[in-house]
Amino acid sequence: MSLPYTKKVLDHFMHPHNVGKIENPDASATEGSPACGDMVKLYLKVNEKTQIIEDIKFESYGCASNIATGSIITDLARGKTLEEAKTLNWKSAADALGGLPAVKVHCAVLAVDALRTAIENYEHQHGLLKEKTPTTRTVVLRRLSKVINPLAGLDVVKTKLVKKVEVENHKVTVYVELPSDHQFANNVRNEIEERIEPLWDVNQVKVIFTKQ
Amino acid sequence: MESSMIYLDNAASTRVDPRVVEAMLPYFHDYYAVASSEFSHSPGLKAREALDHARNTIARRLKARDEEIVFTSGGTESNNLALKGAAQSFQGKRNHLICSSIEHNSVTHSCKWLESLGFHTTYLSVDQEGFVDLNQLEDSIDENTFLVSIQHGNQEVGTLQNLEAIGKICRSKEVLFHTDASQSFTFLELDLSRLPADLVTLSAHKIHGPRGVGALYVRQGTPIKKQLHGGYSEFDLRPGTENVAGAVGFGKAVELSTSEHVKRIRMMQSRLADGLTHDIDDVVLNGSQDLNKRLPGNINVSFNRIEGESVVLHLDMRQIAVITGSACFSRSLEPSYVMMAMGFSHERAHGSIRFTISRFNTPEEMNRVVETCREIARSLRSISPLHKQGV
Repeated sequence: MSLPYTKKVLDHFMHPHNVGKIENPDASATEGSPACGDMVKLYLKVNEKTQIIEDIKFESYGCASNIATGSIITDLARGKTLEEAKTLNWKSAADALGGLPAVKVHCAVLAVDALRTAIENYEHQHGLLKEKTPTTRTVVLRRLSKVINPLAGLDVVKTKLVKKVEVENHKVTVYVELPSDHQFANNVRNEIEERIEPLWDVNQVKVIFTKQ
Repeated sequence: MESSMIYLDNAASTRVDPRVVEAMLPYFHDYYAVASSEFSHSPGLKAREALDHARNTIARRLKARDEEIVFTSGGTESNNLALKGAAQSFQGKRNHLICSSIEHNSVTHSCKWLESLGFHTTYLSVDQEGFVDLNQLEDSIDENTFLVSIQHGNQEVGTLQNLEAIGKICRSKEVLFHTDASQSFTFLELDLSRLPADLVTLSAHKIHGPRGVGALYVRQGTPIKKQLHGGYSEFDLRPGTENVAGAVGFGKAVELSTSEHVKRIRMMQSRLADGLTHDIDDVVLNGSQDLNKRLPGNINVSFNRIEGESVVLHLDMRQIAVITGSACFSRSLEPSYVMMAMGFSHERAHGSIRFTISRFNTPEEMNRVVETCREIARSLRSISPLHKQGV
């Protein structure tokens, strides 16, 4: 049996492109944290007139999938307009890498998220961002769609791992179709909490496992 | 495996010594009969003789009696038999057991199973070096406690527990003492004529023997109930046709394991520890800082500001096989529970790498490992957004 990674993933992992810092970037973003195991920092230089990404760099504290995705996503975004770059997702990265193991997708999304957030930050600084909206079930579900179901390598909403979401009095309750002693239960709970807790009007997040 | 590979995952499993394979072969080809009772055909008696010889080799190494060695399928089964077997014989009388929070999964998951049947477990905490607190152990034993299960050497960080002291406490409180010695057997002395342990788990494939065979030492008179049902083999504690070839291989592996090897392994251990912690910046040793209180072949370090799976993969590309306590490497996507129980951050667990040395390694390999790790650390840190604390 060979390594679970494609040759392309290993090439980008061993010799990642676009690594490092950009001094005085037009925007930057950090996703993840040392505590959650993976962390990506991404820097952008954007042409204000054309809105084309002229330079992009990343730094990674992470595993092979994380580093390889950082490398490929920065390759893909370079030279694109912000609007074009916004359409990039983890699937574009995974496809360009010739595939990623399902269980590793949650490491790969960080680099993609960092790109999205950096673009959002850029828009924010240039007065292009819409108003903050109060948290609704839709907002929660949108955030949860970034949490990957490690069983499937797809997000927890699409794979129906999340059964129900309640939003009431600044409290969010998420019902997850897993036994509480499942192999991935703690991991899923932590990721859901990390995604929902930062919402400006949420005081408490509760994850309830529904399966016996 | 490619011959240029430097294999440093010997705590997981070892290369079977060619002499072990040699010793086993006749029991596949020629003496394949079932090891039966003394009233049997001669092929059966031949097999019986080999089985008894292997049992005797293991018993002598432990200063135990032959009939105290029960062959099993390995460490996991031995741990299951010890815990569940003891629990069942105390059912309805005592319902409390104690283990450390860094035991092998086959111990802690057996405890969880027993909890579902109404038993309850105290999980003893460990300090930052992985040592159990003997006072906490003593305080945790009450009139409902029937068993204390504390491993000899830890599988991840190598910390050795003080078995004499633990055994003494168990004796004075009249509870059974089980120790999982899968990682330490033959590398460290286990003299059961002196050590007050009642149940001891042993494994063959950690000492260059075959997989699929292990043993449980059961001190004479220890109340345990069998967990598999069938025939009456292994002193009516473990039914199933005896794995004669496996037992022969186990016995041979014990015979071949000498104190000379341990000396050599200790020497490589100290060279590796020195190299990793002195020649590379920002590397910390996990587990006992005193190397003499670690398993001889174990070194576990954290490379700060680096994620472990990346290190493992880089090392693999350079023909060095190790493992990490990082969540990215584990099947549960959670960081090493041993590192967490020792009170370390996720970050330290994520950067932890375990190197486990065997007698088939060489001192030159240790130098190459240190040099390679230094290059990898430099390269991964150059792309890391994290910076050394206080710099």
